[in-house]
Amino acid sequence: MPEPAQRAWSRFRRHRVAVLSALALAVLVLLVLLLPVAAHFAARAGPSGQAFAARFDPDQLSDAQFQPPSAAHWFGTDVHGRDLFARVLFGAGISLMVGLVGAGVSLVIGVLWGAIAGYAGGRVDAIMMRLVDILYSLPSIIFVIVLITTLEGVVKSQLEQAGSGWLAHSARLLFLFVGLGAVSWLNMARIVRGQVLSLRHRAFVEASRAMGAGPIHILARHILPNTFGVVIVYVTLTVPAIILYESFLSYLGLGVQPPMASWGSLIAEGADQINPIRIYWWLIVCPGTLLVGALLAFNFLGDGLRDAWDVRMDK
Amino acid sequence: MYFLKRLFFALPLLLLISFLAFMLVHVAPGGPFDRERKPASPEIEHQLQAKYHLDEPAWKQYLRFLGDLSRGDLGPSLKYRNHSVNDIIAQALPVSLVLGALAFGLSVGIGVPIGYFSAVRRGRWQDYAGSFFAILMVCIPAFVLAPFLVMYLGIRWRMLPVALWGTPAHTVMPVIALGLFFSGRIARLMREGMLQVLRAEFITTARAKGLSEHTVLLRHAFRLAILPVVSYCGPLLADLLTGSFVIESLFQIPGLGTFLVNGSLNRDYTLVVGLVLLYAVLLIGLNLLVDFAYVVLDRRVKYA
Repeated sequence: MPEPAQRAWSRFRRHRVAVLSALALAVLVLLVLLLPVAAHFAARAGPSGQAFAARFDPDQLSDAQFQPPSAAHWFGTDVHGRDLFARVLFGAGISLMVGLVGAGVSLVIGVLWGAIAGYAGGRVDAIMMRLVDILYSLPSIIFVIVLITTLEGVVKSQLEQAGSGWLAHSARLLFLFVGLGAVSWLNMARIVRGQVLSLRHRAFVEASRAMGAGPIHILARHILPNTFGVVIVYVTLTVPAIILYESFLSYLGLGVQPPMASWGSLIAEGADQINPIRIYWWLIVCPGTLLVGALLAFNFLGDGLRDAWDVRMDK
Repeated sequence: MYFLKRLFFALPLLLLISFLAFMLVHVAPGGPFDRERKPASPEIEHQLQAKYHLDEPAWKQYLRFLGDLSRGDLGPSLKYRNHSVNDIIAQALPVSLVLGALAFGLSVGIGVPIGYFSAVRRGRWQDYAGSFFAILMVCIPAFVLAPFLVMYLGIRWRMLPVALWGTPAHTVMPVIALGLFFSGRIARLMREGMLQVLRAEFITTARAKGLSEHTVLLRHAFRLAILPVVSYCGPLLADLLTGSFVIESLFQIPGLGTFLVNGSLNRDYTLVVGLVLLYAVLLIGLNLLVDFAYVVLDRRVKYA
């Protein structure tokens, strides 16, 4: 490990809340990944295994509708008698996936944009960053909404014609990845630009330039590796922002579609069941608590990493 | 001078936004009359298309739209017949403005004091409590808080009306659900700003002159520490706008957000484009105001 990373790591370890958050997120990811696998194998291993598989199958219907949380159903059951714990974990998988892939998309756009603006400098920089300022004050989610409602049909039929039914089936998910990533790169671009600006006249960069290195070599080899810490911090803070966006869209019915589920769509299903006679609090509280917990964990983790790498967001 | 220049740039930006929105909604498959019950014999459908000029090429429709726009007319809504887009805006805008302004007031009213006091009492329990409140609020989205409020305040304890808009009691739950989320962000910005200013040398000078702690904090530090909050107000307005979509749909409030979401689901071209334009105008105008406030507060900022 290079020396700055080592120092950062030792500082990070002292940040107890951040370490706990990282652990909690790791446990959540493991559960999300392992539960379907475990259920798959258990289903072949006799009747008790089948009961286990049925219990943790998010699509398993039953007559036990609207059961409050109990030993049999830890988070209760929903309108179709499905086990809410399994549903929430399944939704967690989709939410986390959208968050991570979207953050990846925003990472690519933001780093490229910021690196080009910072390295080119002058008028190019001014124009590129002015554009970022403008986009920053626009409600970009409106564009995602308009984009999803308008272009999805076109892309879907194109994909179907191209013979890839599987891709067409998850067209909405693709839109969420790209759309949400495409509106979340602004902070990243600003940060990376600032870093590139401060790095590009350092002695080691000048030395490389004097030896005849081109701009791409300098950026890829000398400048961008030095922005690594900052970039990691902001990726960590972008993931919860995108999860929030996705839940927001799913809540409006513009996010993931049934039979898929995400935290947002589960909360929306719960809100649909609000009626004046009985209160099914667990339908809101269980997915809501997990969503809030995950957002908190990502934020604490991001804050911890930021302190560890000692980066400030200065304009 | 700077502001004149900004205003001057706003116009092409609005044109660009209107063009993009128009084209996006236009290339979308499915017309506004697809979901009508099927009385539409080809002739009737054709007449409807002709009435709203949907049979013309796209560029011609766009020019027609611009021509009407220059007279302040956003055209008829394609879905809500007998209503022009202007009518819909005239009905929905005041509702959304009241909701937005109240939520803005709540988030600033809670966020600024909490951020201020947790910075002043740095490291004591007030700081921890304030900071924890702030980060918790940032992580509780409106669509989690709102159904919860509805279930308990609205249904179980019957303290507040569950939905709709009209009396002051109707505003309480939507405003809390929308505003609390942003109060957390504002509190965090305020605390950071205050801590940064308190490290500055002129604060030490002010204390050395023997000014009371009260004067130092409120007259000297606060004024600069609030600047990050002021510059966040631009994006905050945009966030409040979009945040209100969920709140309006949950509480069935007839505001702009409801119409935008429904409009884009119904392919009501004129309505969506009109609303997107309205949002753009509002945001650009309000952002100019924010910049102006910034200059008034911080005299070190000079716009060339």
